[in-house]
Amino acid sequence: MGHTIWILLLPLISFILLGLGGNKMKPKATGVIGTASLAGVTILSYITAFSYFGAGRGIDGLFPTLMPYDFRWLPFMDNLSINIGILLDPISVMMLVVISTVSLMVHIYSMGYMKGEKGFQRYYAFLSLFTMSMLGLVVATNIFQMYVFWELVGVSSYLLIGFYYTKPAAIAASKKAFIVTRFADLGFLIGILIYGYFAGTFSFTPETSRLMSAGMMISLALGLMFVGGAGKSAMFPLHIWLPDAMEGPTPVSALIHAATMVVAGVYLVARMFPLFIGYAPDLLPWIAVVGAVTALYAAVVACVQSDIKRVLAFSTISQIGFMMVAMGVCTSADPHAGGLGYMASLFHLFTHAMFKALLFLGAGSIIHAVHSNEMSAMGGLRKYMPVTHITFLVACLAIAGIYPFSGFFSKDEILAACFAFHPAMGWVMTAIAGLTAFYMFRLYFGIFWGKENKELHQTHKPHESPLSMTLPLVVLAVITCVAGFIPFGEFISSNGASYHIHIDMKVAGISICVAVAAIAISTWMFARENQSVPDALANRFPGLHKAAYNRFYIDNAWLFVTKKVIFKCISTPIAWFDRNIIDGFFNLCGKVTSKVAAGIRFMQNSQIQQYCIWFLAGAVILTIILIF
Amino acid sequence: MFNILTIFIIIPLLMMLGLWLSRNVRQVRGVMVAGSSLLLAMSIFLVFDYIGLRKAGETAQMLYTSSISWYEPLDICLSFGVDGISVAMLLLSSIIVFTGTFASWRLQPMTKEYFLWYTLLSSGVYGFFISTDLFTMFMFYEVALIPMYLLIGVWGSGKKEYSAMKLTLMLMGGSALILIGILGAYYGAGATTMNVVELAELEIPVKMQNIFFPLLFVGFGILGALFPFHTWSPDGHASAPTAVSMLHAGVLMKLGGYGCFRIAMYLMPEGLQMWDEVFLVLTTISVVYGAFSAVVQTDLKYINAYSSVSHCGLVLFALLMMTRTSCTGGILQMLSHGLMTALFFALIGMIYGRTHTRDIRQMSGLMKVMPCLAVCYVIAGLANLGLPGFSGFIAEMTIFVGSFENVDVFHRVCTVIATCSIVITAVYILRTVGKFLYGEVNNPEYLKLTDATWDEKTAVFILIACVAALGLAPFWMSDLISHSVTPLLSNIIIR
Repeated sequence: MGHTIWILLLPLISFILLGLGGNKMKPKATGVIGTASLAGVTILSYITAFSYFGAGRGIDGLFPTLMPYDFRWLPFMDNLSINIGILLDPISVMMLVVISTVSLMVHIYSMGYMKGEKGFQRYYAFLSLFTMSMLGLVVATNIFQMYVFWELVGVSSYLLIGFYYTKPAAIAASKKAFIVTRFADLGFLIGILIYGYFAGTFSFTPETSRLMSAGMMISLALGLMFVGGAGKSAMFPLHIWLPDAMEGPTPVSALIHAATMVVAGVYLVARMFPLFIGYAPDLLPWIAVVGAVTALYAAVVACVQSDIKRVLAFSTISQIGFMMVAMGVCTSADPHAGGLGYMASLFHLFTHAMFKALLFLGAGSIIHAVHSNEMSAMGGLRKYMPVTHITFLVACLAIAGIYPFSGFFSKDEILAACFAFHPAMGWVMTAIAGLTAFYMFRLYFGIFWGKENKELHQTHKPHESPLSMTLPLVVLAVITCVAGFIPFGEFISSNGASYHIHIDMKVAGISICVAVAAIAISTWMFARENQSVPDALANRFPGLHKAAYNRFYIDNAWLFVTKKVIFKCISTPIAWFDRNIIDGFFNLCGKVTSKVAAGIRFMQNSQIQQYCIWFLAGAVILTIILIF
Repeated sequence: MFNILTIFIIIPLLMMLGLWLSRNVRQVRGVMVAGSSLLLAMSIFLVFDYIGLRKAGETAQMLYTSSISWYEPLDICLSFGVDGISVAMLLLSSIIVFTGTFASWRLQPMTKEYFLWYTLLSSGVYGFFISTDLFTMFMFYEVALIPMYLLIGVWGSGKKEYSAMKLTLMLMGGSALILIGILGAYYGAGATTMNVVELAELEIPVKMQNIFFPLLFVGFGILGALFPFHTWSPDGHASAPTAVSMLHAGVLMKLGGYGCFRIAMYLMPEGLQMWDEVFLVLTTISVVYGAFSAVVQTDLKYINAYSSVSHCGLVLFALLMMTRTSCTGGILQMLSHGLMTALFFALIGMIYGRTHTRDIRQMSGLMKVMPCLAVCYVIAGLANLGLPGFSGFIAEMTIFVGSFENVDVFHRVCTVIATCSIVITAVYILRTVGKFLYGEVNNPEYLKLTDATWDEKTAVFILIACVAALGLAPFWMSDLISHSVTPLLSNIIIR
């Protein structure tokens, strides 16, 4: 498995090459270099996956955990250090495949989408940096390496959101994304510090005896780490950065803010899953609750947004909520007895990455055609963009959970795990799945059917995108159609043993019925030329509509905290205190000194007679003192 | 007997002679480049030679030691010697002196005099790091401080006389405390030696330690921007010319941390035990307070000065945690902060030289006008907020992991509070970058501005390369330092 190092090195080399020499190259050359290096990475990842899974299970019935590289990068103590290396186990290999596939598609797609943009080479340099960091994150051999690359994906996300650096909205969004996730990372870091001290190592497999003696501290550490994961994965209430992150170029949204980086939190929980189950089982239900609240909140908000990328952003948040719920409802490591959620969550991560990237790339194709993000500029586009239309429909059916598209299979497993955990959880998640189908088809009908914006389309006729953009759409659509039939449980399950996925007919029946019903309602409401029903509903419940449209004012609450509390109530007074009280004190010292000096200055008036008097007076006083 | 370390004083002296003799700007530049590159080469050689000697099995605490009696009655000697910490500091100083030369390449007027004082200052810095004798250290410390007054007062900008006076007086106040502390250590240990290593083996009565430790710590702490004695830093840095800011924030502030560790803590461990928590509170305040103050500043140099307060606070914070890892982290932070802050001040100076303002509210969209400088500023900013791959991350992580090894609950609480600074740092860095580099150009005058010249690029690229080198391959520097921290720390903890 020695070749795996090139999976990290190729994008790194491409980043350095494009970063240092990019502006001297032709834009097209930079795109080719970036894409070629990614193609290399993809081939290597597939080779790795085939040889890893092809080698089969060991004697113990598990896939082996390989560590072809583990370099002591920053030593702290004899036993504690940050290592940088490569860890191969089922989930990291699966992630390699997901990331390289989506990233390659995005690289190819961007050749068409970003054509003629200023900063084309910068764009490809950042994409390479991101891909390298994300791959480094998933193959991390220890929690600290994960943190290192975690920060790097954060910064590449910052750089790419702020790609259009002259747009104020993009600047604000990039700043917000970085600071919110940094805030969450603080929890992650403190969690790592606690973990490192009590477990005596940063590796994922510490000694059991140390963990037992640490007691509650391991729970605390894992809880804090989850905060970091919640920030990156946009869990409520740390989700506020993700919708704004849509200011970045659309392919970036597809790669970073839909398919790969935002699921890092889920991956973190999956990575620490043995510890969660073994030492902090009480935390898992809380993760499930956070996930469910997020999923519900985002689904409701997504129903009323008008910017297609925002709808997709909230749908991403909601779907990650599903994955978190699935992780949280696990009650044991055995997939047959309460551990199904682990497999379901990662399965959904896999299928979601494909169809959500497809949705975003499709949205990019649409935006490319009509030069607007707003649904009002669209409508009736099916005539103009057949390929985009069909692939988008495939993705919508997948996310809605319709058989035989991939989303059906993974969502079904999640719902089965939820029903096994608690019927209430199962019904709630089923309802949210229904909402998902509803808002996705609202989006679909709003774009491709509905009322056409004829005025706009006459001045600028929408057109199908070039091959470089439609090809990735078709590839991803094909994957979306067939991915559900992958026997995912054979490769990945909560205890590593082979798990045969079987469709629970009762759960599948309910979920399909709900999804079909939701699509039907959506069709009834939005597929027509006039939008009387939704308008009537919005007028009937103006408060609710407005609140949902404004995302229930969560952003405003955060804005209040940062602007009013941190700026006005902490920083400004501190700065004032520093300039006036502390510095004022030292200035006062200086002033007093010079005043006193001016006061006693008359004694030094260079008159010899006066000096004699002072001298005599002193002599007399000293004599008197000496005598008595 | 010739000591290789004395080269670090001889070269600056020769440079000053050369500067004095040179007749035009070209000769001045020639002398400066020749001298400072020689110093840089020497310090790189010293690092490798030092590592080689250690590999060969040298176990003495100080290497390259030599001692010449200077003033017998007070046991003052010219004694030199270095360990891993001082070697690292020498390397840092050489890099900054070298890049500072390029950063003030086009300085006007009185170029010759400026570089004379600049070189004198650097000789003081080198002398301080190679000395092992308390009195010699103090002497070089003073040599490094005094030229600052003239450099800021004459070549500075803004309210330069006020700032120069304030900076000099506050630092001189500190050195008065240091002098008392040094005498306390000398007489407390029986008035037999001024050598630091020898003094550490002698007993200083606990009562004396309790009195003299805070004097020494505060004395050096003033230079290390210890709250509440940091207020010279924003004004001083804001008024100083570019290279002086670089040298001052990059190296001189490190003298504070170095002195706290090598003199105050090392010689008076019992005093440290008594005062530890007091100073820990002050340094924790420095870390968070500096960061919060930076958030609302509008002058680029003030932002960076407050950021320095926060980061230098972290140095002293790490040292007070008294674990091997945290102290190593503290020294790494000195290196890292020295390089990063020098980079910042260099860039700010270059931007100010073009726009003639440092107010971030008046600038916008500079990324379009001067892409090279702007990109370097963003890199510096990302390094400053602790991005992996740059030195800041290495230093901060070593500090935090090390601090957590201190099992005391109070120390842990302080650690958690200090870690919050990483978020606030991100806030002020991104706010600054977003305000004045991104966006559209707001002033048509700015469209005429040019990007970096070759000398500016030299300075900036070298500093970025160093920051990245330390961040990408931290293991050798970390090893170099942690081996030297061990003997110091064993004296601090065991007794």
